[in-house]
Amino acid sequence: MNTTQRADRAGETTREQQVLARIAKVRARRPKVREERITLAHGAGGKATHTLIEAVFVEAFRNPVLEQLEDGASLDTEAGRLAFTTDSFVVSPLFFPGGNIGDLAVNGTVNDLAMCGARPLHLSASFILEEGFPVVDLQRVVASMAAAAQAAGVQIVTGDTKVVERGKADGCYVTTAGVGLLDRPLRLSASAARPGDVVLVSGPIGDHGITVMLARGELDISADIRSDTAALNGLTARLLDAAGAGVRLLRDATRGGVATICNEAAVASQVAVVLDEKSVPVRPVVTGAAELLGIDPLYVACEGRLVAVVAPEHADAALAALRAHPLGEGATVIGAVRDDPPGLVLLRTSFGGTRVVDLLVGDPLPRIC
Amino acid sequence: MCLGIPGEVVELMAGHEDLAMVSVEGVQRAVNIGLLRDEGVTDLRPGDWVLIHVGFALSKIDEAEAKASLDWLTGVGDAYTDELRALAASDIT
Amino acid sequence: MRYVDEFRDAATARALSTRIAALCEPGRRYKFMEVCGGHTHTIYKHGLEDYLPETISLVHGPGCPVCVIPMGRVDDAIAIAEQPDVIMTSFGDMMRVPGGRGSFFDSKAAGADIRMVYSPLDALKIARKNPDKRVVFMAIGMETTAPSTAMTVLRAASEELENFSIFCNHVMIIPAIKAILDSPDLRLDGFIGPGHVSTVIGCRPYEYVARDYGKPLVCSGFEPLDILESVYRLMVQVAEGRCEVENQYARVVPWAGNPKALQVIGEVMELRPHFEWRGLGFISHSALRVRARYSAFDAERIFDVPGVRVADPKACQCGEVLKGVLKPWECKVFGTACTPETPIGTCMVSSEGACAAYYNFGRFSRDRVREATRS
Repeated sequence: MNTTQRADRAGETTREQQVLARIAKVRARRPKVREERITLAHGAGGKATHTLIEAVFVEAFRNPVLEQLEDGASLDTEAGRLAFTTDSFVVSPLFFPGGNIGDLAVNGTVNDLAMCGARPLHLSASFILEEGFPVVDLQRVVASMAAAAQAAGVQIVTGDTKVVERGKADGCYVTTAGVGLLDRPLRLSASAARPGDVVLVSGPIGDHGITVMLARGELDISADIRSDTAALNGLTARLLDAAGAGVRLLRDATRGGVATICNEAAVASQVAVVLDEKSVPVRPVVTGAAELLGIDPLYVACEGRLVAVVAPEHADAALAALRAHPLGEGATVIGAVRDDPPGLVLLRTSFGGTRVVDLLVGDPLPRIC
Repeated sequence: MCLGIPGEVVELMAGHEDLAMVSVEGVQRAVNIGLLRDEGVTDLRPGDWVLIHVGFALSKIDEAEAKASLDWLTGVGDAYTDELRALAASDIT
Repeated sequence: MRYVDEFRDAATARALSTRIAALCEPGRRYKFMEVCGGHTHTIYKHGLEDYLPETISLVHGPGCPVCVIPMGRVDDAIAIAEQPDVIMTSFGDMMRVPGGRGSFFDSKAAGADIRMVYSPLDALKIARKNPDKRVVFMAIGMETTAPSTAMTVLRAASEELENFSIFCNHVMIIPAIKAILDSPDLRLDGFIGPGHVSTVIGCRPYEYVARDYGKPLVCSGFEPLDILESVYRLMVQVAEGRCEVENQYARVVPWAGNPKALQVIGEVMELRPHFEWRGLGFISHSALRVRARYSAFDAERIFDVPGVRVADPKACQCGEVLKGVLKPWECKVFGTACTPETPIGTCMVSSEGACAAYYNFGRFSRDRVREATRS
């Protein structure tokens, strides 16, 4: 390379950096909902969901607890520290291999509390039922909820029922809320990740999302796969017993998958999360379905897996504790936290290259291209 | 532009002359094999691999060509490893 | 996965990478275009550029069929979807593509019945199940996808289904490559040819690229080692002063393509005199429409389609990006006014688009990313 070419090259690099800095500024702007109507993307857990939450809900309800945008709220009350959370379930189909909307609703709320570091205690359950919905299906859903609650050691202590006209809902929607006791001196938070920390996942990812996608039947694809829906409070209790002081944050990898959680942590903590593709556990059948549909398992939902960010000196203890529990047998280290570039998730690909793992705009859609 | 995935033919579906059950890592879907059928005849057999695109088998994968391609790539890899080894050896002397 | 994992081996990639580097002439820069959006996706998904010397750059071409659909056609499709008793069916890729007045997702939110399908045959199934509805399949894709649509129309005809039609937007890559080759500001050293298109058309149609334009073309597979090998083969051709069409993807692509697929396309479809490509403008004989004898299955004839042309936004420089004259970040609106959430131009529309791929995966300087991921 001669001198002029080298200068050209340097100039080009500088200009590229300027453009990237400009983009970073645009991305940091306060989000605005541009759409005139709600689209499915607003519920998919990606960028559109984040924009909706920031621009509409946080804007209206603003308070210090909400602004932390954790899975549940941690409340300091006179009676002690409580965790409080709520979640709605609209899964279609209502029944799928490995579970149904009922156990999903109980486990989801139990997990949100567990991810705050709480001991889940009491749940509420509200039902929106469509006129014409078979009572026997409702009984099946409710029986699963009772079984799930028992397995998780929580009680469903209050509830509500509404019935809407035929066509105004898809059979049955369930909303659960829950309270738990924060009886450990911990403050888990998405903003607590520090450079040097280790990122763990408790087992193979993407099972639930792929199961439900296939169970809808629209794709005419069949596979031997079941949802991983499970209550994780037993697992988090083990983990916090063994490595509590070193656990920075816990999240269950639901909507948006592992990629979304890592992005939330990277942004909230202003750190880089570097994942190692080869270490990310994915079942062959999930890989196969994901390849066929052209989607990335990193963005596919789980309902019984957690991601933990742990201080390096506690990583071995954390991993051992997870693996000792039946729901954490497949636990493994998938990455590490670095200081630069802040707010970003990077992936070392199994091919040996690198790339950025951004938030998706909406749901991962099956693609042909 | 066009997502195409290799899958293994599990069975030719009786009663649906244009359909075969194809498996990708245990994930199964009925795939239309009409584009690999000439004058109603196909030489596809269970165990053959096809390239699947939007629910159609577009081409039958040629195992000999795949092997040739891989052999070449492996050869490049081996030669490189040998060079590295030779380099490491020459460093010591 | 067989035929996949063995073509993703990092050690072999390192070996190929040194061979490629050894072929670089000092002081010379090389530009190759991967025509196909699927290749663009592979390149970013696996971080393939980490294996290429800085002096080789890959230019992302126009081979993303949803990206090149002009806005007016998206508006037409939405106009069909919004007519009474219509169920519009489409691949997932199409759902977010914006027309002049929103996307399929927006139209669905406003009440239209728009459903995602994996295969055109699934659209046919929806038609059988809903005899009182008119089911339209939004047919998009290049030569790879056109035979599947054609087979579906033939099937509908043999079943005498009266409530099924297609809105045909199939485009052809060969005229688009020619349009790029004819552009005066083009600076390319060769092409990575679209492997899956070639399963249908074979390798012969590319011969003019080598013969008339003096550019080598290597028809390539979609795994990262396939693409790396194709770059290597292109570099060898450049070094030896050859320009030929080579087939790196012989395990899937027969030199003559798939005659049956070509025959069914010809049976059901014919060339349009011209078609507009987003970012590239009008290209003659670059798209397909339904033949008159299958007009009963042609949504363009069955429905009242507005057919209003919507000009590409002025600020958008997609044409230059598609031709490899500009890099994505060099476009004035890249990443600021034009983002994956609010795409202005074709290249930002689908994750396959050159700008979207760069925005999602490549936005940060390779040095910084490499430094951060060093173990």
